[in-house]
Amino acid sequence: MERKIRVLVAKPGLDGHDRGAKVIARALRDAGMEVIYTGLRQTPEQIVNAAIQEDVDVVALSILSGAHNHLFPRVVELLKERGADDVLVFGGGVIPEEDIPFLKSKGIAEIFGPGTPTSKTIEFIRANVKRPLC
Amino acid sequence: MTDFEKLEQDFQAWQAKVEKANEKYPERKKQFVTGSNVPVNRVYTPLDQKDFDYTTKLGLPGEFPYTRGVQPTMYRGRLWTMRQYAGFGTAEESNARYKYLLEQGQTGLSVAFDLPTQIGYDSDHPLSEGEVGKVGVAIDSLADMEVLFDGIPLDKVSTSMTINAPAAVLLAMYIAVAEKQGVAPEALNGTIQNDILKEYIARGTYIFPPAPSMRLITDIFEYCSKHVPNWNTISISGYHIREAGATAVQEVAFTLADGIAYVEAAIRAGLDVDEFAPRLSFFFNAHNDLFEEVAKFRAARRVWAHIMRDRFGAKNPKSWMLRFHTQTGGSTLTAQQPDNNIIRVTLQALAAVLGGTQSLHTNSRDEALALPTEEAVRIALRTQQIIAYESGVAETVDPLAGSYYVESLTDRIEKEVFQYIKRIDDLGGAVKAIEQGYIQQEIQDSAYAWQMDVEKGERVIVGLNKFQIKENPPKGLLRVDPAVGERQKQKLVALRAGRDQKAVDSALASLRRAAQGTDNLMPPILEAVRAYATLGEICGVLREEFGEYRPNVMF
Repeated sequence: MERKIRVLVAKPGLDGHDRGAKVIARALRDAGMEVIYTGLRQTPEQIVNAAIQEDVDVVALSILSGAHNHLFPRVVELLKERGADDVLVFGGGVIPEEDIPFLKSKGIAEIFGPGTPTSKTIEFIRANVKRPLC
Repeated sequence: MTDFEKLEQDFQAWQAKVEKANEKYPERKKQFVTGSNVPVNRVYTPLDQKDFDYTTKLGLPGEFPYTRGVQPTMYRGRLWTMRQYAGFGTAEESNARYKYLLEQGQTGLSVAFDLPTQIGYDSDHPLSEGEVGKVGVAIDSLADMEVLFDGIPLDKVSTSMTINAPAAVLLAMYIAVAEKQGVAPEALNGTIQNDILKEYIARGTYIFPPAPSMRLITDIFEYCSKHVPNWNTISISGYHIREAGATAVQEVAFTLADGIAYVEAAIRAGLDVDEFAPRLSFFFNAHNDLFEEVAKFRAARRVWAHIMRDRFGAKNPKSWMLRFHTQTGGSTLTAQQPDNNIIRVTLQALAAVLGGTQSLHTNSRDEALALPTEEAVRIALRTQQIIAYESGVAETVDPLAGSYYVESLTDRIEKEVFQYIKRIDDLGGAVKAIEQGYIQQEIQDSAYAWQMDVEKGERVIVGLNKFQIKENPPKGLLRVDPAVGERQKQKLVALRAGRDQKAVDSALASLRRAAQGTDNLMPPILEAVRAYATLGEICGVLREEFGEYRPNVMF
């Protein structure tokens, strides 16, 4: 039997907008995944520590403050340093289209903008999770 | 037969006829609801207002219970203050935007600070990396504040500052800039948000735990009542509560519950209710459901008037009045077909005006994508000006009063708000309800229900889940210069090299002593600000003395 997908929903930086992060966290849980939410104001180091400690398959980053170009790549880098580059990392929030190619080149698998249905995020995770589920 | 009995009879007959026709030509939906899921009847008649008593429910404008507005003549006397929230990058860039807005006919300033400033970190703090100047202007010391208001006479404008945990420090900086312009504190007009409870609930820029945070707030109440008498010492905010997903009823209920907590804290600190209550102000959201939003504002005024008079025994009518700022709903804007947002904002602004707002910020069409461009802000401001000067809605007071529908909604919201307040009282008040996560959980449930309704198509969002088109990525969005972080760091190096370090150290030591005791914190903060101590240094002392808030994380 397949095990449940484990997801860390994380809020990097100082941004306090977490309506989206919480809605996503709940939607993923309702879709049968195991979800941990970090709460606000996490440094990339804290996020990666939590990801490794909780042995997650996916890190979902949410940011609306505009600090994504600085914070998202740092999470991917640190995961790599810790030998956890098989963790799927993607992000969402208020992120201009023109920043997306840069973020993807840094290893962020996808960026979901405002208005994305949670069903799309769920499908994306199921189709792209890298670590074996059985 | 009385008029009501006759109408009742006619209504029954009419209802039967309509139901019959309905079988053949059904209505669009099985159940109609407001934007906040309140059921909506087919039609409203005097039967829905059988116990309506004009004097107790509405009263006259400017009179208890202020349902119709806080001033006797409302917009016939003076239009609402048009106040666009703005700020980004450095103090120089924001100063230029303020001057532009004033030239365009804006009548008050509203300062947006960046996240490090809002959380009490200097621009060179490691946690500030990537955040400096992004969602607002970076202010590290009085030197930045002097630049921010350069050429803007502080006795001529009113300034609202969205600052909460470090509100005392930014207010002190404003007072100090005014001193340098030769303007006395008594002549200053404006508002600090200073509402920590909604930061714990919904907005997230808290620093200290509840007890010392409430002390800072009541210290500001006391200080301003003596020295800055025209200053609105708090803006008790439902805006962010609504943005986090609350319904209209929850927005009002949780905001007024927070208001009750502040009043109780100030009374416990030994203040007389009529000394500080006239300077309490509020901040609400305006979403798309026009009539529900208008009813919400009217109900909020009525509920607060009763709370202040009946619960707290306030005697001064000014203590009974709920004065409020409105901002249109950021979370209602779509990144898809962004021009449609202009129409959403128009409806929301209309609701705020029909609801009797004292000041208004209209969002710009591009805000689901980025900070607004100058052109987008101008359209948003023009929207207010068209409502004010062309629509005719400002020519009479509370024009929707007496509508069977609007009065029914107003009554219903009032009733449900009192029910929530009772529940929160039973939990031990707003602070306890927040610590237990009750308020956050209620909001999260509403947010999730809304999202699911949208995804199922039960809520239509034009351009998002219906009437979609293929679009090219938007062009010409505002980008904050990434060099702003470096520039702020250099300014800090120069500041620290050029100031009298002894004066800074001694001011920070006095602040620490005051924090350890019970003296009002405003005078030592003002002294530290005048010595060019940085925001991070001042908040750093308070962090060491007060500790930091650790939220209960859940979803």
